[in-house]
Amino acid sequence: MKEWRYYLCLSLLGGSYVVLIVAMVGADLFFTTSESFFSTLREPDTRYAINLTLISCSVTAILSLWVGVPMGYLLARTQFWGKTIVDTILDIPIILPPLILGLSLLILFNQTQIGVWFQEHLFRVQFEIPAVILAQFSVSAAFAVRTMRITFEQTSPRTEQVALTLGCTRSQAFWRVVLPEAWRGVMTAGTLAWARSLGEFGPILIFAGATPMRTEVLSTTVWLRFNSADLPGAVAVSIFMILVGVAVLILARLLGLRGTGVV
Amino acid sequence: MIDVDNLGLRQGAFQLHGISMHVPRGKYAILMGKTGCGKTTILEAIAGLRRFTTGKIVLNGRDVTHATPAERNLGYVPQDGALFTTMTVRENLAFALTIRSRPTKQIDERVAQLADWLRVTHLLDRRAVGLSGGETQRIALGRALANHPPVLLMDEPLSSLDEETRERMIELLKELPRQAEVTVLHITHSQAEADRLGDIVFRLHEGRIITEPLAA
Repeated sequence: MKEWRYYLCLSLLGGSYVVLIVAMVGADLFFTTSESFFSTLREPDTRYAINLTLISCSVTAILSLWVGVPMGYLLARTQFWGKTIVDTILDIPIILPPLILGLSLLILFNQTQIGVWFQEHLFRVQFEIPAVILAQFSVSAAFAVRTMRITFEQTSPRTEQVALTLGCTRSQAFWRVVLPEAWRGVMTAGTLAWARSLGEFGPILIFAGATPMRTEVLSTTVWLRFNSADLPGAVAVSIFMILVGVAVLILARLLGLRGTGVV
Repeated sequence: MIDVDNLGLRQGAFQLHGISMHVPRGKYAILMGKTGCGKTTILEAIAGLRRFTTGKIVLNGRDVTHATPAERNLGYVPQDGALFTTMTVRENLAFALTIRSRPTKQIDERVAQLADWLRVTHLLDRRAVGLSGGETQRIALGRALANHPPVLLMDEPLSSLDEETRERMIELLKELPRQAEVTVLHITHSQAEADRLGDIVFRLHEGRIITEPLAA
């Protein structure tokens, strides 16, 4: 087979997916008008959902890194009893339908003694803003852990060992050498967690509800508007979510590449 | 001085038994052996980076068998140099002093001294990426020596260098015991390196040191 045919074949197979994505986004853009887009975004419910989404996604991304970095490091660089079990447990949020995670959170906080005690004595979670963050976190953190594990696996442990021989304690070596070298992975994990949180819907709907001006985030706004036959409104919010998601991905990639000599 | 007494370890099917070596103060020792025979494992055990099941390690008269790598006060140059690529060459050379919060003036003087000796002054403000093999090894050597360790461990530091660069590095390493007042243990496959650099040559075969020092 001639070389150009080979590459054409690959391009057609792989490119069909790119075409599908562009077609979907294009269809959304053609469906809506700028008036409909801006008037939807100006509505108080939508503005509240935008603010809550941006805040909850950011908090979730930070929390996901908070557990993702140490757990990724442990899985990549150490051997411990029960590692396979822990590894399998961490895959559960990835393989389970998000709806089931939401249901499990609801059962945990509503039907178990510890969950009920927590809500009665510490603070209320269910159908409140913490439920939104917890629902997003329960899925996003798994992606952050996976990303950080791969990052640490791909980074040579040799520099950490050298740092130890040069006088560092374990924690000094981690903060001064290991983490800076894993910076791009941290950015990627944070971005993934943020983007995943942005699109989270099922667990939020079940565990936090979709109460306007309370627990409504953009993904639930789309669902509420679609259910009330407000298709232009649903598409307008969808386009906003696409724009935000793409902006975050571009920003994170630029930040992740800074200092590596590429940007 | 490096004293390894009856070192033994087991890792899966791989075992080392009764490894004993004595390198007097200020001598340049070579450890030779086939690929995968355990040379790097021994070096890592001496550096405190690998646990072993039996034996005792004494460095410069101090029993460091159970000490952390930081407490052993040694320099370590791995095969690939393992420079800190998020730092500049200057920061790499200064690392052991910075971590000990030494005064800035003292750090600057030591870095300048090392850079001059290793001929890397022109690279000081460059990030430690994209350097040649020879530059990488010289900087890794300088970084290991910055805090004046009495013991230096090197894992095949010349193996990835071209012939011309290797010759220059050998000349540099020959000066080591005098320049840095350090006891050296250097791993290599190369008999030529052993002949030119080693005051003492150890050979590792089937998990044991089978050749005692050829010359002291």
